[in-house]
Amino acid sequence: MSLRRLAPPEIQPPSFAFSAENAEWAKTIIAKYPQGRQASAVISLLWRGQEQEGWVSHPMIEAIGKMLSMPYIRVLEVATFYTMFNLEPVGTYLVQVCTTTPCWLRGSDDVVAACKKHIHAHPQTVSDDGKFSWMEVECLGACVNAPMLQIGSDFYEDLDGAATEKLIADLRAGKPVKPGPQNDRVSSEPLGGADSLKDPSLYDGSIIGKYEPKAPPPPEAKKPGA
Amino acid sequence: MGTRKLIIDGTEIEAEETITLLQACEQAGAEIPRFCFHERLSVAGNCRMCLVEWVGAPKPQASCALQVKDIFPNKDGTPAKINTKSPYARKAREGVMEFLLINHPLDCPICDQGGECDLQDQAMGYGRAAFHRFNENKRAVEDKYMGPLVETVMTRCIACTRCVRFATEVAGVPDLGATGRGEDVEITTYLEKAFSSELSGNVVDLCPVGALTSKPYAFNARPWELKKTESVDVMDAQGCNIRVDSRGTQVMRVLPRLNEEVNEEWIGDKTRHACDGLARQRLDRPYVRVNGKLKPASWAEAFAAIAAKVKATQPDRIAAIVGDLAAAEEIKALKDLMTALRVKNLDCRQDGAKVGLTADGQKAPRQTYLFNSTIAGVEAADAILLVGANPRWDAPVLNARIRKAWLAGGLQVANIGPAVDLTYPVDELGTDISVLAKIADGSHPFAKVLTEAKRPMIVLGAGATTRKDGAAILNLAAKIAADTGMIGPAGTHADGGWNGFNILHTAASRVAALDLGFLPLNGGRDVGAIVDGAQKGEIDFLYLLGADDFDVAHLGRAFVVYQGSHGDAGAHHADVILPGAAYTEKDGLYTNFEGRVQRGRRAVFPPGEAKEDWAILRALSDVLGHKLPYDDRAQLLMALEKDVTHFAELNAAPVHADTAPATWGGIGAAGALDSAPVTHPMTDFYLTNPIARASATMAQCSREFVTGAGKMAAE
Repeated sequence: MSLRRLAPPEIQPPSFAFSAENAEWAKTIIAKYPQGRQASAVISLLWRGQEQEGWVSHPMIEAIGKMLSMPYIRVLEVATFYTMFNLEPVGTYLVQVCTTTPCWLRGSDDVVAACKKHIHAHPQTVSDDGKFSWMEVECLGACVNAPMLQIGSDFYEDLDGAATEKLIADLRAGKPVKPGPQNDRVSSEPLGGADSLKDPSLYDGSIIGKYEPKAPPPPEAKKPGA
Repeated sequence: MGTRKLIIDGTEIEAEETITLLQACEQAGAEIPRFCFHERLSVAGNCRMCLVEWVGAPKPQASCALQVKDIFPNKDGTPAKINTKSPYARKAREGVMEFLLINHPLDCPICDQGGECDLQDQAMGYGRAAFHRFNENKRAVEDKYMGPLVETVMTRCIACTRCVRFATEVAGVPDLGATGRGEDVEITTYLEKAFSSELSGNVVDLCPVGALTSKPYAFNARPWELKKTESVDVMDAQGCNIRVDSRGTQVMRVLPRLNEEVNEEWIGDKTRHACDGLARQRLDRPYVRVNGKLKPASWAEAFAAIAAKVKATQPDRIAAIVGDLAAAEEIKALKDLMTALRVKNLDCRQDGAKVGLTADGQKAPRQTYLFNSTIAGVEAADAILLVGANPRWDAPVLNARIRKAWLAGGLQVANIGPAVDLTYPVDELGTDISVLAKIADGSHPFAKVLTEAKRPMIVLGAGATTRKDGAAILNLAAKIAADTGMIGPAGTHADGGWNGFNILHTAASRVAALDLGFLPLNGGRDVGAIVDGAQKGEIDFLYLLGADDFDVAHLGRAFVVYQGSHGDAGAHHADVILPGAAYTEKDGLYTNFEGRVQRGRRAVFPPGEAKEDWAILRALSDVLGHKLPYDDRAQLLMALEKDVTHFAELNAAPVHADTAPATWGGIGAAGALDSAPVTHPMTDFYLTNPIARASATMAQCSREFVTGAGKMAAE
């Protein structure tokens, strides 16, 4: 974790407003909280603002502060506390590479190297064409398909260096990409097919009621003093 | 709320359930170290220095965040055992201290907090001096800009968040916050704006380390070099209790002193930081105007010039005005001297407030010009009507008290006058004074609020009392007070009566002067008429006792004597200047707006040839042939007490035994209301008196917060 500050003023947008749809949505969120507790909606609104703009800007903080009648510093505190709020501009595709232990053991270093090569040498920096930026994140909870990365709300899993390079190239070229495992897997089943629970009788209903405990019954406990 | 038995360090005590374990331990005589806990702020529980051992609990307990009601007894029914001095508790605290010191710089020799630093003191008790196991670099934090009064060295910050809680809770100006998290947490104002509270200086006192220090006082002195004098503030009429720290002849700083009934432990920024004005623009020797130019003179020459003029002038062509900073002693001396000269044109109401006189020109009873509810009483109030008052500027510490009452719940505040941010929600009733008449006749909805309230208050500020129709407003306010049950006779309330009729003065000298009758009694001229008379040539001799805040530039050809401490407006137009002592340079009695008499003490001597003010008047009276009958301050005090008995009762606010409605008839005078909108006469909080106007710090604050010239211009 590093120091989190607002982006420098020269790259801040002049203003921020929720889109009509988001503004309508914000009203329903604010209405969820009792009178006087509207500030509780701050994280939801910041998150939706970030979905709309890609990052949390200075005008966004003030606009949300006004919407919720809370001091700007309180919104700033929230925005700087949570690392999932981007305080600087991001590319159209924000590549979040998981580098926590399971992914790292499965080769997330290669994924990072691909990002460094094809996006930018530094994380949190927008690529020259403006389409990409990448960052390392902590565990995203898809360890069975490690290594993986997240773009938008989609996971791209079972990566290696080459698959990552192809993914970035496809996105850059505007070709359709498939979320999920990038190898032959459909979800998190064993690679190369199942190697257990293969007995067909497990699935035809023939063993229902045939289960017998194999362990011997526990011996009767000796009564103390007997 | 019940109580609960605890065994603290082997002694069984009975603690109230509402307090925290930390407070219970203190009641049992244990000393608990702490950084984040503060009695007047909410509990944060983040410094962990107050850890104690609760025998049987799996972990050390943060005593500040543990309420007594949550401490259950042991299984066998015996009271819970708390150890504050056990090796277990001590080891826990040593661990916390070790963590705090990982990132705290070792710059005590260049830190202004050195010598009065909580961290320094507690590191003496709990630091593990024998070894240090961290070889990593310390974290460094960028310093922040918090305005002209608060210096920041943020690397020293231990993130206790006392300042954030003070700003949010007590000051009501949520400008401070903690951004980031973990090791990177930073205390900052929003985008480095100045902390725009009139109470901002208090965060310096609250900061347990040297992260927030006083900017004007930076690198000026060490606490052990200073002489500490307990005194009373004169920057507003609240009479905040202060400690004046001086070195040699110079006042280095002013700090608050604890007084629950007056200022708790806060003071305003003007009180704290106007003290550099005490060393500037001082009058340090007498002057006499010769051929249009002020020339230095001796005391004898100055007195001779005055005597010559006074002897040639009829009493009805002589006038005297008392300024805002005068102590009771000199007011009494001037009043006695003027009475001996048979002068009736006396006034202490520089701003022209229509208080203190009855309709037939007699001295009005005391309750008609006091803040009768008392400052502590505000906490019991449940409805307040402000008329022409801006407590945030008129008395910032009082405003914090009103906010405290609002936070506690149930207080409703309405305001007739310009809308200002008072740090609590206010029902704005507009600037039209006719609203007051509507409340008086019951046709306004707020009249109902006042009637239904148990302890309603009406507060008249300078914006109401100084108007042309001030007497009519007073009369209406008294009617509202009587009609809505603001005046409760003795026995109706717990403290022996409730009086919700309040005048909010801004001048420290005002109540004492009104008590002493420094008023145009029996048809004398008031300030306006004195200025008018001077212009028309009907007033030939005018004595100003530190009076600068009226129309001094238009005194015609009148001979003006200015006695005071600073070369301000009054001195510029004077024919004779007598150098007096400022409030830190004399012993003096001050009566605050509650009517509470408090004693100011001399911290340093007046500069040059300046003298204590009452002594100047005593010496002058001799030259004028009307020698005042007191030779020392003790005799003067005796005379003062004989005149007005309550000067004998120091530090006590008056008890409202006499709240019978009969005495409320003669307040002000019924009359037509003016159509002019209600305003707040105070245009700049930071520049209200000669001392503040001489202060560079106050000038900077004024540029930063009032005129808006901003940070760049201020630096």
